[in-house]
Amino acid sequence: MAGSTTKSAYWRGLRNGIPFIIVLAPFALLFGVVATEAGLTLAQTMGFNVLVIAGSAQFAAVALMQDNAPLFAVLTTALAVNLRMAMYSAALVPHFGAAPLWQRAIAAYMNVDQTYAMAIIEYDRRPQMGTAEKLAYFFGVSTPLIPTWYGLALVGVLIGESIPPAFALDFALPIAFISMIAPSLKTLAHLAAALTSVVVALLLTGLPWGTGLLIAAVCAMTAGVTVETLNERRA
Amino acid sequence: MTYSAVEIWAIIAMLGLGTYLIRFSFLGLIGNRPMPPIVLKLLRYTPVAVLPGMVAPLVLWPAATGGEPDLARGVAALAAFAVGLATRSTIWAMAGGAVALYTMLFALG
Repeated sequence: MAGSTTKSAYWRGLRNGIPFIIVLAPFALLFGVVATEAGLTLAQTMGFNVLVIAGSAQFAAVALMQDNAPLFAVLTTALAVNLRMAMYSAALVPHFGAAPLWQRAIAAYMNVDQTYAMAIIEYDRRPQMGTAEKLAYFFGVSTPLIPTWYGLALVGVLIGESIPPAFALDFALPIAFISMIAPSLKTLAHLAAALTSVVVALLLTGLPWGTGLLIAAVCAMTAGVTVETLNERRA
Repeated sequence: MTYSAVEIWAIIAMLGLGTYLIRFSFLGLIGNRPMPPIVLKLLRYTPVAVLPGMVAPLVLWPAATGGEPDLARGVAALAAFAVGLATRSTIWAMAGGAVALYTMLFALG
């Protein structure tokens, strides 16, 4: 019966993943448009979507590349945005740790915000699931989302070239960033981190690209953790 | 953008590899050694610590206006932020920002 429960876990994951197409599609589309606007070719844009497959880091990299930042600044900033995924990786170890290495290697490629969040909620709800079922669920969630990420970016590249400058597409990038950040400011600690990041980054704009932002990020993370710790103590 | 094609592909390849290694890190090591709680806490704040600092100069000094502060873009940024906070939805925030941007650009001619 292991086969049939694994199959049903896969289909359950797939069904749960489908609504997230609506969330991912506009992002993918926008990345295609913004990357084209910035001067990347179709192949380069798709290279980002297939090899990096991380929305906010891709937008960050393109924003810095538009400013002709040094390569090391582009890499450190974009990778800093992705550091949170180390936390996802650690959180999935208790669930996938017993699976063969090649399966864990594939799961790692699909370990993105949405798949991670859905999977962790599901495993919490159904603790009796075995490793094979958990992986099947994870791959099920990924099945509709990964092709959406590739395909809609391609559409964005194709339509992006035909959009006239009067549409102020230069500002699509800042709006996308703000729209990603604002909903995640759930606590005082997140708010403190975001505010610190803005203030320090603006104060340090004189520094060569990347350095000011990295200092701001370290200050902001410290601010977030400090406020969180103070809140816990008070509670 | 003044990079050569080779440089652009180098960025893509290294970002891809680096991101994959971050995702694989703990899953690959199996060790199952828990990270110190302070590290987990710090990691949780990375997006909210990096992205606001990156976006602030883009809003205040937009490249499209030669670095001059621009009313339409400023209002659009505020609208996206306010809608995102109120609705907790990225999609609505983007829609709010776009509506504000085009309304302002149209109104200001």
